[in-house]
This record gives sequence, C-alpha cells and structure tokens, in this order.
Amino acid sequence: MTRRKYWQAINDALREELARDERVVLFGEDVGAPGGPFGATKGLFDEFGPVRVRDTPISEAAFTGMAVGSAMAGLRPVVEIMFLDFLPLALDQLANQAAKTCYLSMGHYSVPLTLRTMCGAHLGAGPQHSQNLEAWPASVPGLKVVWGGTPADAKGLLKSAVRDPDPVVVIESAGLWSARGDVPDDPDHVVPLGEAAIRTPGTDVTLACWGGMVPRADAAAAALAEDGISVEVLDLRTLLPMDSARILASVAATGRLVVAQDATGPGSVGSDVIRIVATQGFGSLRTAPELVTPPFAPVPFPPSLAQAYFPQESEIVAAVRRVMSKETVVA
Amino acid sequence: MKLRLYRTMSLIRQFETAASRLMASGELAGFLHLSIGQEAVAAGVCDALDRDDYLTTTHRGHGHCLAKGANVRQMMAELFARAGGYCGGRSGSMHVADPALGILGANAIVGAGVPIALGGAFSAQVLGDARIAVTFFGEGAVAEGVVHESFNIAALSKLPIVFVCENNGYAEMTPVETHLRAASVTEYARPHRMPAESVDGNDVLAVRDAARRAVERARAGEGPTLLECRTYRWHGHFEGDAQGYRNAEEVDQWRTRDPLLVLRAHLDGTGDQLDAIDRACADEVADAIAWARVQPDASPDSLTAHVYRSKEVVA
Repeated sequence: MTRRKYWQAINDALREELARDERVVLFGEDVGAPGGPFGATKGLFDEFGPVRVRDTPISEAAFTGMAVGSAMAGLRPVVEIMFLDFLPLALDQLANQAAKTCYLSMGHYSVPLTLRTMCGAHLGAGPQHSQNLEAWPASVPGLKVVWGGTPADAKGLLKSAVRDPDPVVVIESAGLWSARGDVPDDPDHVVPLGEAAIRTPGTDVTLACWGGMVPRADAAAAALAEDGISVEVLDLRTLLPMDSARILASVAATGRLVVAQDATGPGSVGSDVIRIVATQGFGSLRTAPELVTPPFAPVPFPPSLAQAYFPQESEIVAAVRRVMSKETVVA
Repeated sequence: MKLRLYRTMSLIRQFETAASRLMASGELAGFLHLSIGQEAVAAGVCDALDRDDYLTTTHRGHGHCLAKGANVRQMMAELFARAGGYCGGRSGSMHVADPALGILGANAIVGAGVPIALGGAFSAQVLGDARIAVTFFGEGAVAEGVVHESFNIAALSKLPIVFVCENNGYAEMTPVETHLRAASVTEYARPHRMPAESVDGNDVLAVRDAARRAVERARAGEGPTLLECRTYRWHGHFEGDAQGYRNAEEVDQWRTRDPLLVLRAHLDGTGDQLDAIDRACADEVADAIAWARVQPDASPDSLTAHVYRSKEVVA
C-alpha cells in the first residue's frame, strides 16, 4: 500500500497501462506536454512520446470519434473530456457510435475505448462546469459507467476500463482531487466493473452513494453511529451495469434505504436504485426510501450557494433519521 | 481495369435497382436510401484502395460497401431483416461493417463516420502500418461541425486519410444552394492547407485518377486530401420520397450522363462483353435475393445479443 492523492492514483493507472500495453494511447485537450488540465497525465508525454500521448484541438466530437475508429482498428484509446459538462459535445460519438458498434457489427467489432471525464462539482466552477450528468451515459445500452470515490477505486476502476473490451466512461471527482488514500502497489490492482463496495457495514439503514458524495456519506454514517444508528454505506462504484444483487442484499438486511447524490432527482441514477429496490426488493422495505438531491436547478457559482445547493452531511443525517423514525408501511 | 470498374458499377446498379423493386412491391420495409446514378464515385475511389484500407460511409452507402468487396448475400439479407444479414437483420441497410475489408461502418448519422475514419488513419499512424482511411460523406454533411473538426485534426497530424465528398446537389430534400455558401466543397480545404480536387463524379476514370493521387499522398505520409465528386442521385432521398423539390427534366438530363454509359463510351467494341457483365451482376443479385429469402427471420432471441463484447452485462 502507498498513500496517494486521488489524482496521483489516476496518473499512476495511466502510466502503468501505457507501459503494460503498447496499444494504449492517450489524447485530448492539453493531455500532452501540459500534463493535463489538472495534472492527471503529468509526465506521460515525456515518458511515452508524442505518438502515443497527443494533444488535440478543442474538438470533443471529432477526437471522440477518432477514439471510436482507432479502437475498432486495434488501439486502446483513452480520451479525456475535460469536464462532464462537455460530454454533450461528444454524445453522438459516444451514444450513437461507440455504444452501438458491437451490436451493429454482430460482435465483429468492439470498441475498447476509455473516456475519462471530471465532474467539477465542489470546485466553485459554476453552472457549466459542475453538473452531475452521470445518468446520461448510464442510460445507454452498450456503455459502462464508473466513478471512484477513493484513490484506490479511481485507480482500479480506470485500469479495468482500459482493459475492458467495451466503451467505458470513467468519471472522476474534482472535489476529491487532492484527497489521500491507501492504494495497492500491485500493477494489476484492478477493481472489477459492476461491483459495488460496502464501505461501512451496518444493520439499520442502507445508504447508497457514489463518486463525490462518498466522503459526505461516510461522515454522515460516522455521526449517526455516535447516536447508535448503524448505517451501511454502499458505494456503487459502477453505475452501469449496476450491482443490483449487492443493493438488494443490503436492503434485505437493513430494511431501509437512503440514496444520496449530487445529481438532481428526475431521471437520475438514484431514481434507478430506488426502481431496483421497489421492483425487486419491495418486501424487504420497512418504510419508503429517501432520495437526497440538490434542488432541481442548475449549479450556482458562489461557494455559499453551492454549499446550500449540494446535499451536505446534515441533510443525509436528517434523511436517515426520517427513515428510522417511520415504521413498517409494507404489509 | 476499365472492365473491372464497369463490373463494380453494374453490380451496384443491379443491387440497388432490385432493392428499389422489392421495396415497391412491399417485400422490403423501412428506410432505404439508394445511390443509383452515383456508382462511379464508389467504383472509382474503392478501386484505388487495398483490401484492408479503412472505409466509412453514410446512410447511402450500399455502393461504397459493394465496391470495397462487401458480401452481396449478407447485404441483401440485412435488407430482408434476416438473421443472415450483416447485423443479423436487426439494423437495416445503413450499418454494414466488415473488419475483413476494413469497413468501419456505414452510418445513419450524417457526418458521424468522418471522425471514425480519422481513427482508422490515426491507428495506422500509431502502429506504423501502411493502411490508409477513406471516408465518404455527402455535401449535406459539410454543414456538420464534426466534419470540419476532422479536417483540422487530420491536417494537423498529417493523418493518412482521403475525405471524399459525394456532392449530389441535395441534402436530403434541400438543394445545395440553400445549405452551403461555397461554390465548391473544396473551398473548405483551404484554411487547413489541405490539397483538394473537384472532379466529374459521373466519370469513373476521372474519379479513379484523382483518388489514386490522393491515396498516394496519404500512403507517402503527406497527409489528407479532400476530393469532391460532383454527381447526381436519380432516386429520392429515400424510397418513397415524393420529390416535390425537383422536376423530372433535371433528373432526365442527368440520366443522359449515366456513369455506366459514360464508361461504355470509353470502351468501344466491347458492348457484348459489357452486356455479359450486366447479366452476370444481375445473376449475382438474383442469387443474393433468393438466398436472403430463405434465411430465418431476425429473432426476438437476438435482441440483447452483442450489446457488449464482454459477457453477462445485465442492467
């Protein structure tokens, strides 16, 4: 184990995968000599050269398409879309092309594409640099979507994505960029796609979360433990395909569900967690689930308003207390 | 070589004429976009390519795929929605893809195949192999931003790619004067310092010569070329299109410049041979139709097949 910051774990993953497989290439805006807008590709241009680590113009649609074609032609491209908010610029190539190619070619082609992007929430970056749009790719058949909430998971999920034969969207959290954590030293440390993790076991309430929400969920669980409420923190890690089995097993044991997310509610991943439990685990529920979200509005810029906008530890604690105070509504 | 070009054009003509007839008789359903009248572009460009060079094309891509060597039976079976089709009959005619032939795919989104071909060219550059990429698109696609983004990236990185604009004068149902300001699509190459050429797209020999020059430049590491082929679409945007946007005289005038007749004029004294080629192509298409008809239908069992390459993905 080595103590690494979140961004360093990402940098390590990219370096290790570039070294492991010469078909791995990196491209995107500023990823070459500048080392990435936030340092994630630092040093890789010098180490692996301008053929494999390449700056592109600000042309998200074209370079994502180039990634699709080069993946079909035998490379394993990793492209960077600077902010999750810019994903719509590349959405045709991601949703209509990358996600459809295996299906349309009856499996003769696959698209081993990794698309890294950052969610800028909690960066004070304003309404077009802070959106939690994870539900968009997470609703497209043919894509996989992951989001690590710790340095170890950020690294292990990214390495799995690079090695996976299908297109994977890897979301990273600006808010966790400098957070430190223990990361396994094994160069083959991978986190399997599709597996949620129980971060804290508990018996009273299942608290589902992912990505940038994870530290606040952890803090809420710790605060509630002091009052004798045992919260099981379930970090989804992979949003598509979702680990239904682990979600259902956890709720079967606790009987209560709270989902906390930085995305707004309608059409969200949290809605989908509740769909899974309501349709496949209804009998486990002792009371109605809670979905903790921001208001249905764009992300404000001023730090004070952003603080009010994104769900904080206190709101998660309050939601858990509410589901604990209600009793059985299900016959 | 000229007979080979004629054969390719004749096969495309026979394939699409048969498809049109089958659609009219109700045997085929769904969208069908034909390139009858434009055969010289497909035949001329693909003749300049090697078997494993990369190719992407459009919703109107039967000709390009056939010229690259795509399997006639599998293409016809896809139109018939049969399990033996290129996509198991699930996707219709706009999605032919064949790794053995470098066909990275026909595409139902206007302009979307252009950056995918860029990826083929990029991979050839990274891996150091001799392949090049060709992408076909209509002049309507030139209004899409991703096409210009692709020009820029190709020019900056000197990617081995040929951009082939098949200018048939209509973006779906809108004449070119309404959707492009430039007199020629080649004008869009200038800011990228990319060589460009505009040719008579109904003269397969002119197309082939220009394509060879562009392909040689790409293989020599000199980067991309934009090739405009001026041609005309005899049928509507799709089969069933009432074509209220143009008159019959315009279509008739272009029919006199039928690419097959233009080439016949270069092939004095070979009329019997050419007639035999036409018959052989008609037979090949008839065989494909007969084969497609007896293939099993695409089954609901296939609905979730090949959504992912990896196994057991359940959402």
